[in-house]
Amino acid sequence: MKAIRELIAECSTQAFDLHFTRAKEWKAEKEGRVVVGYMPIYFPREIIHAAGALPVGIFGGGDRKQVIKGDAYYQSYICRIPRSIMELVLDKHTAHFDGYIFPSICDVIRNLSGIFKQQKIGKFVKYMDFPQNFLPEIGGVYYQQEMAHVLKYIKDLNGVEVTTDALNHSIGLYNKNRELIELIYHIRQEFPWRLSIEDVYHVIRAGTVIPVEEHNDILKQVCAHIQQDIGKPQDKIKVVISGAFCEQPSIGLIRAIEEAGCYVVDDDYMLGSRMIMGPVDPDTDNPLEAIASAYIRQSQYSSSIYDVHDPKELRLAKIVKDRGADGVIFASASFCDPSLLDAPIFQNAFDRMGIRYMAFQFSENINQFKVIKEQVGAFSDSIKLWDEEPIVI
Amino acid sequence: MPQEAQKEKSMILQKEMINGLFDELEKAKETGKKVCYTFVPGNLSELIRTFDMLPVYPEINALQSAMRKKSGAYIKEAEKNAHSEDVCTYVKCDVGMMLKGNIGPTGQKIPEPDILLLSYTGCFTFMKWFETLKREYPNAEVIMLHTPYQENGEIRPEMTEYMVKQLREEAIPKMEKISGVKFDEEKLKKHLKLAKEAQDWITKIFETTKHRPSPIDAYFAGVYYIGPINIGFRGTQEAVDYYKELYSEIQERIDLGLGPITPEGEMKEEKYRLVVEGPPNWTSFREFWKIFYDMGAVIVASSYTKVGGVYDMGWRHDPERPLESLAEYCMNCYTNLNIPQRIDLLSKCIQDYHADGYVTNSIKSCNSFSAGQLGMMREIEDRLEIPVGFIESDLVDPRYFSYSNIKNRLESFFQMLEQRKIITATEEVV
Ligand code: SF4
Ligand code: SF4
Repeated sequence: MKAIRELIAECSTQAFDLHFTRAKEWKAEKEGRVVVGYMPIYFPREIIHAAGALPVGIFGGGDRKQVIKGDAYYQSYICRIPRSIMELVLDKHTAHFDGYIFPSICDVIRNLSGIFKQQKIGKFVKYMDFPQNFLPEIGGVYYQQEMAHVLKYIKDLNGVEVTTDALNHSIGLYNKNRELIELIYHIRQEFPWRLSIEDVYHVIRAGTVIPVEEHNDILKQVCAHIQQDIGKPQDKIKVVISGAFCEQPSIGLIRAIEEAGCYVVDDDYMLGSRMIMGPVDPDTDNPLEAIASAYIRQSQYSSSIYDVHDPKELRLAKIVKDRGADGVIFASASFCDPSLLDAPIFQNAFDRMGIRYMAFQFSENINQFKVIKEQVGAFSDSIKLWDEEPIVI
Repeated sequence: MPQEAQKEKSMILQKEMINGLFDELEKAKETGKKVCYTFVPGNLSELIRTFDMLPVYPEINALQSAMRKKSGAYIKEAEKNAHSEDVCTYVKCDVGMMLKGNIGPTGQKIPEPDILLLSYTGCFTFMKWFETLKREYPNAEVIMLHTPYQENGEIRPEMTEYMVKQLREEAIPKMEKISGVKFDEEKLKKHLKLAKEAQDWITKIFETTKHRPSPIDAYFAGVYYIGPINIGFRGTQEAVDYYKELYSEIQERIDLGLGPITPEGEMKEEKYRLVVEGPPNWTSFREFWKIFYDMGAVIVASSYTKVGGVYDMGWRHDPERPLESLAEYCMNCYTNLNIPQRIDLLSKCIQDYHADGYVTNSIKSCNSFSAGQLGMMREIEDRLEIPVGFIESDLVDPRYFSYSNIKNRLESFFQMLEQRKIITATEEVV
């Protein structure tokens, strides 16, 4: 077993490798291999894996890529991630990618798929329309058809006809992946000092750019480390972060929140890797149906899923309660409609429920966050000073 | 309305239709008619009428509030209530209006919804909007009709099947339950037949801009022309009569060789013919229009007039395939087309209507339209070698309409057009 710092160092290199070197190496290992990039939030990576391809998450350039060309595509009042993705692509960081998948999360990502099509970037571009109808026989069937469409694109490139066995095997691997990630959160809920949120972030994000087998191996080791009594507790409140599911805050900002006095016991930074709660059935005759069914029945709440049958404010309140958190920090990317339009829904409900919260906006490239840090510090102090009040859900 | 001064018969008809609808809405409680809130893109007017329900279009209320200079206050009200400065201002205007008593554009109170029919077409914000409304109207029945995006520039059979299943198994049973009216397919077919007729007429109307001078402005006046077909009258005889009348009035202008009517009377000289992408600004609609007609610029086609349906490529409702046809209609609305399709459509307009230039009015708070517009503009410029102009404003937030900025940019654009005309004329002589 490697030392925890060594594992974290490896993960942080992978997580922010904007040249996607591991994918390049993987592709070079064998002729005909296919690499498929996917944008936030969620995509069922199992199916790409089962088709013998490598799914690779593209989360923008963050504060590590200067955007010049990408700005020519987007007005100042549009969030930053599409322009930094354009920059990465135009600068050939993803030249070894064969196809791109754009999950249906918002109009910006949707229209970015059109720009990719227009510019003929990649061998295929698929906007993946996740169902907003949650009946298995309607939305579930449509979702399976969408997945089949993706598989056809991959088959056209590598000739692989996906089998039930291959899909079930891949489902098993990703089940393990999510199970181990949840174990980290589970341990941290009680012992958040054992692994900082910055480290958690590195570990999970690394998993979006390397093969799942390698990631599972890392996760197992990380879990073994944090099951030990390591680190020292500090006087910090516990918070849940919500709203940063697509454009990512810089690692400095992620770190600053904890430094300012808040243990982050849950978050949606890498929501896609945790979207499905619990295992997908790995042993059926129709694995695509199993994946669709898990999406319909076991998805985490998300700004991109119509929530009227299962209101998101109640779901977030439950996370707060289950994690024993003291409050919520709403972190929205500037100009992110899905996140910002959800804010009043959450905040009005939390005012009624007595859940404390604060909110700020960020851009992926800001690395000056003195003001945010002060606000978070003040939020933490105010909670420490408040009397305990029960949370009403 | 700008053309009111001209007292055209079509204007009177339109006013009567809209006032009639708001009167009916005001009396909905007494008459027992059920109220269905829904959106313009992907609006299922014919289906709503089949169940004798009354439609309310929150976007229309928002834009009407802006034209009546009320949107600024509504938006501030929403922002006081945790709404961000940076999101779609239609939503905030609507929320603000609701918080201030839900008094509609005609001064009459708009009843609460019995149904929130989210025909989720071409814009992600619609979903957020109705999630917000559902919290305000917890007793309203929600119908989510997911319209797949034409991501690959096509409607695949499974997309239509998906929508038809939603209509058959979710939307229609819920509408039956709430309205108390049994679904009558024959009635729907009758409405679809009338819808098709209205679509034929409106297509002919927008095609009249092929004439020189163009008898109408397809953007600034076009937004009035699309009113009846977009706000619940598609599928009625009234709409057909309105469009017939409008067409004959326009035909008369063509026969007389007249240009478009503007708020200051008839436009005398047509100097530039333009195609516009993006919705207009509503808070300073007249000032905005004036910049164009003062320069002798007429809009011969616009994408905005296609948000409630793209009819000029030949698509029509088909009474023989009622549910499939409703599904296809939704999928064919402008913002449900992918970016290459939007480029192709606009390029075709530029060519078919012999436009001299292309202008994008980029709306600050509308990602559905705006994200990708710069790339579209560049592609159109390269493909057609045509002068392009780019301005920025907002729909209903008066804070984001900068008259001098827009005017300056447009003046440079018109100079470019003038230059181009001189060069083309010289080349022709040579
Ligand atoms: S940050 Fe928000 S608005 Fe921007 S692409 Fe992501 S989800 Fe869409
Ligand atoms: S984002 Fe644009 S299309 Fe969507 S509701 Fe707002 S104005 Fe309409």
